[in-house]
Amino acid sequence: MILELRDVRKDYGGVEVLHGVDLQGRQGEVLAVVGANGAGKSTLIKILAGAQPMSSGEMWMDGERVELRSPHDAHDKGVRTVYQELTLVPELSVTENLLMGDFPRKRGLIDWSAAHARARELLESIGFGAIDPRTKAGRLTVARQQMVEIAKALVTEPRVLVLDEPSAVLAGSDLESLFALIRRLRERGVLVIYVSHRLAEILELADSIVVIKDGKVIETTEPARTSEDDLIRRMAGRKLEQIYPDRRQERGDALLTVTGLTRRGEFEDVSFTLHAGEIVGLFGLVGSGRSEMARCVFGAEPATSGTGAYRSPAEAIAAGLALVTEDRKRSGLVLGMSVRDNIALTTLRGPLIDMGRQRRDVAGMVDRLSIQPPQCASMPVVRLSGGNQQKAVLAKWLLAEPRVLLLDEPTRGVDMATRVEIYRMIDGLARSGIGVLLISSDLTEVMGATDRVLVMAEGRITGELRSDRTTEDEILAYSMGQHA
Amino acid sequence: MIGQLSKAAGRFPRLVVGGRDLTLEVAFTALILLLVAVAATTSDTFLTQTNITNVLKQMVTTGLLAFGMLVVILTGGIDLSVGSVVALSGILTAGLVSGLPIPVAMGVGIIAGLAAGLVNGTLVARFALAPFVVTLASLTTVRGLAFVYSEVPIAPEDPAFFTLGSALLGPIPVSTLIMLVVFVAGGVFLSRTPAGRSIIAIGGNAETVRLAGINVRRHVILAYAISGACAGLAGVILASRVGIAQPSVGVAFELDAIAACVIGGASLAGGRGSVRATFGGVLVLVLINNLLNLYGVQSFWQQVLKGLIIIAVILVQRTPRST
Repeated sequence: MILELRDVRKDYGGVEVLHGVDLQGRQGEVLAVVGANGAGKSTLIKILAGAQPMSSGEMWMDGERVELRSPHDAHDKGVRTVYQELTLVPELSVTENLLMGDFPRKRGLIDWSAAHARARELLESIGFGAIDPRTKAGRLTVARQQMVEIAKALVTEPRVLVLDEPSAVLAGSDLESLFALIRRLRERGVLVIYVSHRLAEILELADSIVVIKDGKVIETTEPARTSEDDLIRRMAGRKLEQIYPDRRQERGDALLTVTGLTRRGEFEDVSFTLHAGEIVGLFGLVGSGRSEMARCVFGAEPATSGTGAYRSPAEAIAAGLALVTEDRKRSGLVLGMSVRDNIALTTLRGPLIDMGRQRRDVAGMVDRLSIQPPQCASMPVVRLSGGNQQKAVLAKWLLAEPRVLLLDEPTRGVDMATRVEIYRMIDGLARSGIGVLLISSDLTEVMGATDRVLVMAEGRITGELRSDRTTEDEILAYSMGQHA
Repeated sequence: MIGQLSKAAGRFPRLVVGGRDLTLEVAFTALILLLVAVAATTSDTFLTQTNITNVLKQMVTTGLLAFGMLVVILTGGIDLSVGSVVALSGILTAGLVSGLPIPVAMGVGIIAGLAAGLVNGTLVARFALAPFVVTLASLTTVRGLAFVYSEVPIAPEDPAFFTLGSALLGPIPVSTLIMLVVFVAGGVFLSRTPAGRSIIAIGGNAETVRLAGINVRRHVILAYAISGACAGLAGVILASRVGIAQPSVGVAFELDAIAACVIGGASLAGGRGSVRATFGGVLVLVLINNLLNLYGVQSFWQQVLKGLIIIAVILVQRTPRST
């Protein structure tokens, strides 16, 4: 036993969010933590990382009681945490980000060649040798940045490694490298605490699984004794018939026709048509140009050539488009403002805003999407859990009554139960005649929730497949450009 | 409605009434009452009609500049040029009254301020230049223009020129009423109009606002234009009150304006700030100034004390970081 939490409680301003969590982790174990949004996973991670003190309870390591008062304390005890949000300094090289001040020196000055060599050695030793340590961190893809974050936690060998949704931005071979790394760490005796919404990978990777619901551990189990359906049911506390709604919908008129759209350096000659009442998936690995293409159609970036894209977001919105971007913190929400101000952002009309109407509209949306807690309208939007923040972004766009919905990774970092709600909602919107483009790097989602799938690779559309007649392998092959 | 003290949000106890956090309002009222009480008990002159009128008049410049500054700060910017604009609009107006009707001359002064703001805003929004650098450059450019227009102070002889700055409506100076109107209208603008809400949202996250179909550039330019126009109006009123326009007036006025916003809890990163609290900040600054004057504190020591008091007020009202 190297890590034990006993009856850990945490309250924020009198509201208890963890109600006595017990957790035990052994050396050389992969311990998965799963739970719906708002279940208390993030709080638990912050306590393990020393970023938040527990209100009561105890933490033991190797039979000794420890108190983590700061991230520094956690570091000293060998507990490293890799958060979902990237924390690299974009203007500094990978080497500088990794070594962070602890540079090899020669005659008092930094020995750069030795520093880069040490960084390269570290990256290679954990299977991330493809990353050049001299590159500025900000110029790496999000997936590569995530890998550097993980490497940073391994500069000195940790005893406990906490990974918060490490796979959310990874796909293909990057994901394989991550899994291989986790397995090697396990062999070396590290306790890996793995928080993820991707249940399939948890079943593949974990030694034990802890299910958290409403701030309590409700089950501790093993992959062999459970299944995806079983876990979903426990997390959500109800029986879910299936995750994705049945899609047998007649499609209507063309709503959005894009022809030969090109934005130099990002994507080329993209053509597709989106019809009323259909859900079209767009699959592509990180760097395939899928998000850039959607932003360009929406008028957020100018196109080099081709037709179908709008000239500005205002024009796109006037034409009935809505874009839910992949990064809600950077481009979906104004974090310092209230839930109401955020949701009302697409429908500010003057000269004087009708406050009564705004209040009613927002309350209606909070109710329709069941954003939790129900009385959240005047709360700062940052206080909502990830899934509910995502719902707030959706609410903002639904209030604008769009006819075409461009959704870029709408379920990233969102737990399974909320995902199911989002799939139901998208299905309902399509049934009411809205056309939906669902951009996703999640294969099951892009097949399950859609009518047909477009696949992008290296800036081009390489395939179009019917969702009910394709396979994961086929989509992956197109996404690596193998069929083109 | 029952007020309740809750220790929830941070290090200082918060006073929440009917779901609204009134800590700041109550703290400000208490601080201002305290300052008034100290002034009234320790100085014979504080409560005299002359002194009160004087304080009311003095707060007009800081007040107008602080409101304009708040609008710019909300977008995440800063306007360092306001002191120079005060000088330019004042001297322009004073110089023009000999040839033009007084209201027209004053209008020109305000428009000069507005124009300076438009240039600042355009450079910041259109060319993506740093607000600090742009307005630092216009601080010196506009000051230079004021001296180019007239190296020597201009004192108009027409007594009607003094009306705006010195007339009283009952016990209250007209200029103070104008400033109050600006604050009330400004409060409505920021809380109830699409443009005002957009300006606040831009300071919080400009990309989100842009993708919501709102023209970010236009709103940023509008914010600097408001600040410029407020500074223009302040310059005209100041020249009219003093009776003489000097090209050298207004040095470091921007600091008081920024201080008032910050004392009022505005975040220099943008997206957070309140009209009422900024007004409170103006009151605090003006009362401190007046007190130190009444005590006959030497002006250099006044500067030192004012700086220390600003730090103290900010430390106390600092809102705890929410998680």
